[in-house]
Amino acid sequence: MSASMEAQVRRDLFDQMVLIRTYEEAVLREYHADKKPAFDIGAGLIPGEMHLSAGQEPVAAGVCAHLTTDDAVTATHRPHHFAIAHGVDLQAMTAEIFGRVDGLGKGRGGHMHLFDPATHFSCSGIIAEGYPPAAGQALAFKRRGTDRVAVAVTGEGAANQGAFHETLNLAALWKLPVVFIVEDNDWGISVPRSASTSVADNAARAASYGMPGVRVEDNAVEAVYAAAGEAVERARNGGGPSLIEVHTLRLWGHFEGDAQGYRADLEGVPGKDPIPTYEAVLLEQGVIDDAAVAASRKNASEVVEAAIAFAKASAEPDPATVLDHVFA
Amino acid sequence: MTTTTEQPTRRLNTAKAMVEAIAAEMERDENVFVLGEDVGAYGGIFSSTTGLLDRFGPDRVLDTPISETGFIGAAIGAATEGLRPIVELMFVDFFGVCMDQIYNHMAKIHFESGGNVTVPMVLMTAVGGGYSDGAQHSQCLWGTFAHLPGMKVVVPSNPADAAGLMTAAIRDDNPVVFMFHKGIQGLPWMAKNRRSVGPVPTGDHVVEIGKAATPRPGSDVTVVTLSLSVHHALDVAEELAGDGIDAEVIDLRSIVPMDTEAIIESVTRTGHLVIVDEDYQSFGLSGEIAARIAEHDPTILKAPISRVAVPDVPIPYARPLEYAALPTPARIKAAILQQTGR
Ligand SMILES: Cc1ncc(C[n+]2csc(CCOP(=O)(O)OP(=O)(O)O)c2C)c(N)n1
Repeated sequence: MSASMEAQVRRDLFDQMVLIRTYEEAVLREYHADKKPAFDIGAGLIPGEMHLSAGQEPVAAGVCAHLTTDDAVTATHRPHHFAIAHGVDLQAMTAEIFGRVDGLGKGRGGHMHLFDPATHFSCSGIIAEGYPPAAGQALAFKRRGTDRVAVAVTGEGAANQGAFHETLNLAALWKLPVVFIVEDNDWGISVPRSASTSVADNAARAASYGMPGVRVEDNAVEAVYAAAGEAVERARNGGGPSLIEVHTLRLWGHFEGDAQGYRADLEGVPGKDPIPTYEAVLLEQGVIDDAAVAASRKNASEVVEAAIAFAKASAEPDPATVLDHVFA
Repeated sequence: MTTTTEQPTRRLNTAKAMVEAIAAEMERDENVFVLGEDVGAYGGIFSSTTGLLDRFGPDRVLDTPISETGFIGAAIGAATEGLRPIVELMFVDFFGVCMDQIYNHMAKIHFESGGNVTVPMVLMTAVGGGYSDGAQHSQCLWGTFAHLPGMKVVVPSNPADAAGLMTAAIRDDNPVVFMFHKGIQGLPWMAKNRRSVGPVPTGDHVVEIGKAATPRPGSDVTVVTLSLSVHHALDVAEELAGDGIDAEVIDLRSIVPMDTEAIIESVTRTGHLVIVDEDYQSFGLSGEIAARIAEHDPTILKAPISRVAVPDVPIPYARPLEYAALPTPARIKAAILQQTGR
């Protein structure tokens, strides 16, 4: 780990990851709280599919550390870590996940459909479909003569979708200020990367579109931070798009309720959790101490529980408003 | 005509009935194979292929990359060379990323070739909402597919029809879109419709594509519907029977071709029509049914028709909103009561 990195940056990365994990653990708890004893996906205060990002915190923390809320992020069906790291209002986001009127989409969207114009954040439940809009946001930023950038996120499974390849070409062709992120968590639901992808890593694919591509191994948050720093700077300076693939970790199931019977690597997974790993490094190097760790957890917990309480206190939408918002 | 050579039945849920039908055809015809996302070890997200990988191996049950244009297009090519692929589009909502292969290729090759090239394949896909999966994972969209010429569209509502229509679809020399509602699969992780488990004939069980069924005969009002809504309609009809209202429920089962005759015959007797459709209301199935009656003879109707469909709004996430949009039993009941003047 780079000792040259500023201690404050490293502490911020750690805090960000702790916040994300604390959030995902709270959503996990709330999601399952009223789906017992028999799991029913449509039941409970948070119904529907739930794709949590535990294990993938290093990607969001490392990338978003270089962004301001003037920059855009398009995320996936697994969006919470990027939403949090990019600064989406946690209370409004949580209310949306609970389907309440104070949610980002007033209960219309749900956890895969979070739209926050204040931070230029969005996500989609359709694989790879966040890539093209990021190119368009970047086009708008460039047209207006700003140095704002767009970050587009997909999983490695999604990197086999046409929209992924079309957008890389377009962004490179037009030299758009985009940073393309691929989160390689080894799995696209039950299909391992080896059974879905013809090349060893997606960074190699960047070359065929004439843009720099790097792969970050070991879910290493500081390496993500370094790679993203270069890519964001290149984009801001008019150098065009780049691609970063991070070898990350799906700590839990594809979605909640996934028994993961197909997953041979399951046993080793908890040992690869990036947060205790990073915590140990920072403790050992004296960047943080036990008190700082405790404070980080406490703060995260307070913020997260306040968001959950806000969501629960928000009203359910009135069925009479079902036809609202189809048109402007 | 529905043909069944042996009478004995066994009780299966809809997912298992589909799997059994696919397995039987794979045994019978080595050209039949299955491909799609998570159809192998996972067994299909909605259990439509559970166990097939173990039974037939990875050469005939292929997990694909998340590349719908690529693998649906590949199924089309394989079909034109004489194989009989069953390709799964995980949720019908994902048609957006691959529709060109479906409607400009799968559906048009036979026509464009002057009938010289056939595309014998099944595109099976999960439809429907009711469990807060949001606007991109809850649609039915059968009207969209049925609108585009060149593909048959079947939509079973129960295990026996799912098996019989799957067998018919696999044997058909045309592309058949097989749309199964998640709410009738009998999945352990979703609220179960009580009719998601039912008797399925053993042996060679085929349900002819294009023939409706009448799961409940009646004389006061005709309820034309399909898929999960059939069960809601039957529940409401049973309830209203106690109040002296005798509703007939027609399960379309297939919308391309659609059994217009069965609809007209029924409405001619009852004079009242309620169409229940979990797809969007405008420019779709319910309007098509109304048009066919109007073209035939509008005077068979004693009252204006009622449509219970999804008003023209994307399916909302929050439960109170979603259930305000879906064709619920309460909305069906209100429509029947209105038709019968109660
Ligand atoms: C076009 C499209 N096809 C299929 C799906 C269903 N689906 C949702 S997530 C997923 C796997 C995605 O894998 P990956 O891109 O690696 O992301 P991860 O889930 O691992 O974060 C699939 C197949 C979808 N949402 N959209």
